[in-house]
Amino acid sequence: MSNDATLPPSTGAHPDLIGGLPDGEQTEHFVAPFEHGVSFDELPDAPPKARFRPSLTGWIGIVIVAFWIAIAVFGPLLAPYGENDLPFPDDYSEFQAPREGAPLGTDVEDRDILSRIMYGAGRTIGIAFAATVMAYALGVVLGIGAAVSGPKVDMVMSRINDAFLSLPTIMLGLVVVAAVGSSIPVLIATAGLIYATVVFRLARALGMEIMVMDFVEAARARGEGRWWIITREIWPNAAMPLITDFGLRLIYVILFISSLSFLGLGVQPPQADWGSMVRENLGALQYGQSIIPVLAPALSIATLTVAINLIVDDVSAQAGGRLSKRL
Amino acid sequence: MQKTRNHGDRIHGDIVFETRDLRIGAIQPDGSEIRIVKGVDFQVRRGEVVALIGESGSGKTTISLSALGYAKPGLSFTGGEALLLGQDVTRMSVDELRPLRGISVAYLAQSAAATFNPSIKINEQVTEAPVLHGTKTQAEADARALELYRALELPDPETIGDRYPHQVSGGQLQRLMAAMALCGDPELLVLDEPTTALDVTTQIEVLKAFKKVIKEEGAAAIYVTHDLAVVAQIADRVVVLYNGEIKEAGPVEEVIDRSKHPYTTRLMDAIRPMPEAGQGDASSDEHLREAPALEARGVDAGYGGIDSSGRPAVPVLRDIDVAIQRGKTVGIIGESGCGKSTLARVYAGLLPAASGDIYLDGERLSPDLAGRTREQLRKVQFVYQMADTALNPRQRIRDILGRPIDFYRTAEGMTRRQRVEQLLEMVELPVQFADRYPHELSGGQKQRVNLARALAANPEVVLCDEVTSALDTIVAANVIELLKRLQRETGVSFVFISHDLSTVSSFADEIVVLYAGMVAEQGPTDRVLSPPFHPYTRLLVSSVPEPRVGWLEEAAATREAKAGASGAVTLTETGCPFFARCPLAIPGTCETVDPPTLDDGNGHVIECHRSLAELSA
Repeated sequence: MSNDATLPPSTGAHPDLIGGLPDGEQTEHFVAPFEHGVSFDELPDAPPKARFRPSLTGWIGIVIVAFWIAIAVFGPLLAPYGENDLPFPDDYSEFQAPREGAPLGTDVEDRDILSRIMYGAGRTIGIAFAATVMAYALGVVLGIGAAVSGPKVDMVMSRINDAFLSLPTIMLGLVVVAAVGSSIPVLIATAGLIYATVVFRLARALGMEIMVMDFVEAARARGEGRWWIITREIWPNAAMPLITDFGLRLIYVILFISSLSFLGLGVQPPQADWGSMVRENLGALQYGQSIIPVLAPALSIATLTVAINLIVDDVSAQAGGRLSKRL
Repeated sequence: MQKTRNHGDRIHGDIVFETRDLRIGAIQPDGSEIRIVKGVDFQVRRGEVVALIGESGSGKTTISLSALGYAKPGLSFTGGEALLLGQDVTRMSVDELRPLRGISVAYLAQSAAATFNPSIKINEQVTEAPVLHGTKTQAEADARALELYRALELPDPETIGDRYPHQVSGGQLQRLMAAMALCGDPELLVLDEPTTALDVTTQIEVLKAFKKVIKEEGAAAIYVTHDLAVVAQIADRVVVLYNGEIKEAGPVEEVIDRSKHPYTTRLMDAIRPMPEAGQGDASSDEHLREAPALEARGVDAGYGGIDSSGRPAVPVLRDIDVAIQRGKTVGIIGESGCGKSTLARVYAGLLPAASGDIYLDGERLSPDLAGRTREQLRKVQFVYQMADTALNPRQRIRDILGRPIDFYRTAEGMTRRQRVEQLLEMVELPVQFADRYPHELSGGQKQRVNLARALAANPEVVLCDEVTSALDTIVAANVIELLKRLQRETGVSFVFISHDLSTVSSFADEIVVLYAGMVAEQGPTDRVLSPPFHPYTRLLVSSVPEPRVGWLEEAAATREAKAGASGAVTLTETGCPFFARCPLAIPGTCETVDPPTLDDGNGHVIECHRSLAELSA
């Protein structure tokens, strides 16, 4: 026996339609209603991909990073005092607690902490950004270059890179800066070179992964040259994970520059930068009226790096966690 | 459990799993819902196999996973119930589901190779679930596993569990995965396309073992597939799905023999006829010329370094002579690992031959890409199996098709834009697709773009590597129709590589049967598919599943299937590689002496020690 097309649609169909008869025989034949002449189109493979929408934590990260970028750019214009101005020239006590005219108090030289944080923002973020850009320019070009080159070239480049990677970053930085002398261009170049090794590894791995994809082989089979394969086939597919990693790498470089400054080899006094501010004001922990002189620059570093991390995490989570696995 | 009893009043038979108006959807960030499963009702009783059949996108896998209380990432249960032993699993937490999974319900994935951990011995993985859940001691689980190895007719059941996954064949691993699923005595098995990735000869063994063990165990099963021929062998009842809705459901004989819904009818129509003589789609000879379009002469190839005697470290192909005539289609058929894709790569120059030569229009080609001219590269185009990886995800269709047009200058008086549109029309896609990215297309549409890219070069020969294998039956049938039409219109030659004999035989002018890197038989389609047969061809022909109930038992009883079942494919230095699996093997001769070439006339040759008369029987 069978049912015919007059049955209600399957969505409303009762399970009994294909369920058991009283005698337990299962001979029912359910047919959904249909119209003649209706074609059945090929079904789409997957639901359309949703565009990136930051989650709450992502938005928090974006707001904080935007805030610090604004400070970095406009800080010197907005700061209540100059970088090395003394807000209270008549008051010789150092490490003053927050007071009228100096909302975050004063530092070891009695300068306004708020103003110095605002000046330092541009320097810290600017140096770190320049160094990361340099690390990427070097690392990506060489890394993808190694991936598309023959095994011998790749071998030589990778071993040289491994040798650099095996050196502790801070030690290497200390040695270079101690030998050449500290200046902002030297800082950028040192950090850029050190972090280029890490970027090289990532770019090479990504390049290798994409190199073996069929579409790259298709391009090779077509007769395309190396330049086309790098710029048109590999780079567009490596760009997204690399851009995400850029955020993470920026954090490491900020911490690296701050560490060097803290050790006295980074940004030199009297210029302000967050890392050197922490070091200059260490005395506040012991003698100061408040610990804000140390806490304020340290918190600045922390909020910026955590905020960048929040954005990167959000992007990578929405990419299905694939990015975070690679990084 | 009280719930189960309540249902028992209403419905006879032991219902293991039941869905009631089950709805599953993807909730978008803006709150809207993309509905994937749109209210589905079906039941699975004890001892019964229910097949969910439909093309990709029909929701069949999504529905089957609901039995485990699992919704794929991004999807969620939006309504209805999925009752496993009377309990609604769609509303359970992970902690509540854990004791059910692996014990009450077990899942068999499509790929056993991806399911097994390569670095843990098989037995440990097979017995893991019941031991971990505490329902069996290790000794009990081991005993149960051994019983299952025997039931699944695995070789050396006592010791096979001590091996690592890479030490057994693909078909054996697939059966071991069934043992893994059954070890905890589940009430319900969910099998997701468990034989789709297997060769036909292996598929028979696996299907037979699955069917036997399901019957013996009295387990209930949900069998997900897009292959009606497989359904006919294993299912008791069939649920036909399209776009998340049930279109037809009923006992297997009813649905297959007396299908009523037009969609089911369409699924049936898309099944290719059984490979038989007289089907060959003899294309016209108008494009023929004296020299073959593409020819391999005495090609040896493989991977790894080449030693002093000119043999590669891992040899794959041995002494291959295959010519492709202009405007004709040559089907290359064989099991996975037989070297058929390697041959295509040698033709394309992607893998230089270790020895032997490739000729294009009678002109010797350089073995590697670098030595071929742009014009030579243009004439031989390669189409990959997986359109997903063959199309750059960051390029629009316009650029994917436009590049070969610019690169080979094939626009011929048209603008690039016109030529792209012309190509899209040729592969029956709307011209607006030019502005889309590959991920915005369906699987079949991507495969058409993949083909169009090859055609953009105005090639003489297109090498199609398993281009329909990843597609559903209906979509694959459409792509084959497209290929036939393109050949008529453009006179292009196709090399059509497939492990599916029925696809090849409905389309090819000539068939080359490869076994372990050697040509076993080749000739016009009609001749290859009629006696005399090479014993391996006979095994292949008898292994193609037919969409009728009872075929499996008949096929498994043939002498070819019995002889061919157990042996693994090995490439031999000398002699006939098929020796170990051949019902007609002559011990002492076949494994030591290279088989002579028997010529049946009309270009039909068989490599075998037996005489043509013996092979005709």
